[in-house]
Amino acid sequence: MPNGALKPSEKLRVAIVDDEPLARQLLREYLEADGRVEVAAECANGFEAVKAITEHQPDLVFLDIQMPKLDGFEVLELIDPAVAVIFVTAYDQYAMRAFEARAVDYLLKPFGEERLWKALDRARDRLAEAQPAGAFPSSRAELAAAARPPDQQLERVVVRDGAKVHIVPVSKLDYVEAQDDYVCLHTEKKHYLKQQTISALEGQLDPRHFVRIHRSYLVRLETIARIEPYSKDSRVVVLTDGTQLPVSRTGHARLKELLGEAG
Amino acid sequence: MHPIFSRRAWLVAYLAAAGFGATLLAVLLRVAGRLSWPVAAELAGPLALLYAFVCLTPWYLCRMLPLGTTHPAKVAVEHLGSAVLATGLWVAAAQLLGRIAEVSVGAQAVTPYLTAVGLLLYCLSVALHYMLLAMQASREAAIQARDAELRALKAQVNPHFLFNSLNSIAALAVKDPPQARQMCILLSDFLRRTLGLGEKESISWAEEIQLVGAYLDIERIRFGTRLHVEMQIDGACGQCQVPPLLLQPLVENAVKHGIATMVDGGTIRVNSRLEEGVLQVFVENGYDADAPTPRRQGARQGLGLRNVRNRLETSFGSSARLLTTQTEDNVFRIEMILPCQTGR
Repeated sequence: MPNGALKPSEKLRVAIVDDEPLARQLLREYLEADGRVEVAAECANGFEAVKAITEHQPDLVFLDIQMPKLDGFEVLELIDPAVAVIFVTAYDQYAMRAFEARAVDYLLKPFGEERLWKALDRARDRLAEAQPAGAFPSSRAELAAAARPPDQQLERVVVRDGAKVHIVPVSKLDYVEAQDDYVCLHTEKKHYLKQQTISALEGQLDPRHFVRIHRSYLVRLETIARIEPYSKDSRVVVLTDGTQLPVSRTGHARLKELLGEAG
Repeated sequence: MHPIFSRRAWLVAYLAAAGFGATLLAVLLRVAGRLSWPVAAELAGPLALLYAFVCLTPWYLCRMLPLGTTHPAKVAVEHLGSAVLATGLWVAAAQLLGRIAEVSVGAQAVTPYLTAVGLLLYCLSVALHYMLLAMQASREAAIQARDAELRALKAQVNPHFLFNSLNSIAALAVKDPPQARQMCILLSDFLRRTLGLGEKESISWAEEIQLVGAYLDIERIRFGTRLHVEMQIDGACGQCQVPPLLLQPLVENAVKHGIATMVDGGTIRVNSRLEEGVLQVFVENGYDADAPTPRRQGARQGLGLRNVRNRLETSFGSSARLLTTQTEDNVFRIEMILPCQTGR
């Protein structure tokens, strides 16, 4: 694990993620001039990046934003929060989002060596900070969620399973179940575990389609077949596939409000 | 020159109104001045025509005294002054005409009526002229707004394209200096062509194709083996005069939302031919169906595409069109059809 303070004498292990070969080559050239850096991996797209970062566990990642498969922010969501990230892009409009997601630095292409050394110094400082357990109270997914512009609803959820990445389109999502620090995303065929709180995910989804029916359940409105009484004081929601989910009192109020609006 | 002379229909309508005024004037002369019908008609005709032209003069004064920026008192004083002057001249002309026609019977009784009518008509004319000016101003504003928008759209060089290209040059500078030099030349060529376009109403299709060629050459260096290009341009199209930057934004979209989303890249096919005076253009590219590119959402459909569509509409109306289709095997296809105009 890259956890634990980086000693000044240690070589910084970095990964370069960019879909343009020339951009990768330039960065490698710059970095190789610094004897205290070792390029551990080079990746040309988001999938490769998540895989390589999971396998090689570098200290620092240089991350492009616009790439095939996963964009830079989605990659950030899926990797170990202890890895320092420097965004490298030609776009200046993501800088705010990047820093909100705890990026170490934000390099605008093209940049010179001196700007790069400054970014590397910052990364070394960040990595040298003591990182006791619990230094990351919220996961990267939380940070990335917070950094997402509020008017932009999620179109897909990215999930990492070991070094493998799954993309779950929001339109395929039936319901979400909270499991401690994780959420379990249920689709028609499969389910996926992701390290994120249900509240954070709820905040990213379209409130016209997803209802929080219970502290632990978030349901797509269209998959609800009916609402049935369960005991004297409680109800369950029955989904189109027969699954039963508990409904809390406030959840029921929300449901009534939404269904009332719809019909 | 008064705008009424620039449109025949307006002038005819105005003269018709003057004819109607002449009839009313003849009635006034007959009733209040107790003149015989033939004499009244003889006097009313020239007098009405004269005043019809007098009532066009506020045009110049109204333009000199725009409402809103001129003090209202100044506007009132100037217009009333000229109204009095115009009416005075008109009444004097009427008396002169009366004297020539040797009708003195009851002529004095008509003067107050003529004065009142003259003043009222003049004031009405002032009001109408201000209305005309307001209409003209709003039309000009609309045209200017559209022109400004078009100029801005035409002159847009995507800054990210520029920065990424410069980054490629920086990368090549040490490893492959000849290639770096080549990239500089291509980029300069592209910029020079694009920046000069803001002023032009139209360019030949051949020029547009060269521009697209320069653009794609640069992107090929950036994307390496991921970008393949197949261009099939019928030579007969080259002479067509078209608004600039119709094809380049479409090809840029194909790179950005197509090739750039695919791990292994793909091919952009550009095909254009001339058929019975109609320029047909096809652009095709593959894309990653899973990419979060919002092309399926109409509202957020690429700015470039909407811009091209708007400009086709402005230039050719319904005789041009742009259609987009997506096939099952993830090919995005644009079909653009526009009339080929040659010469000037």
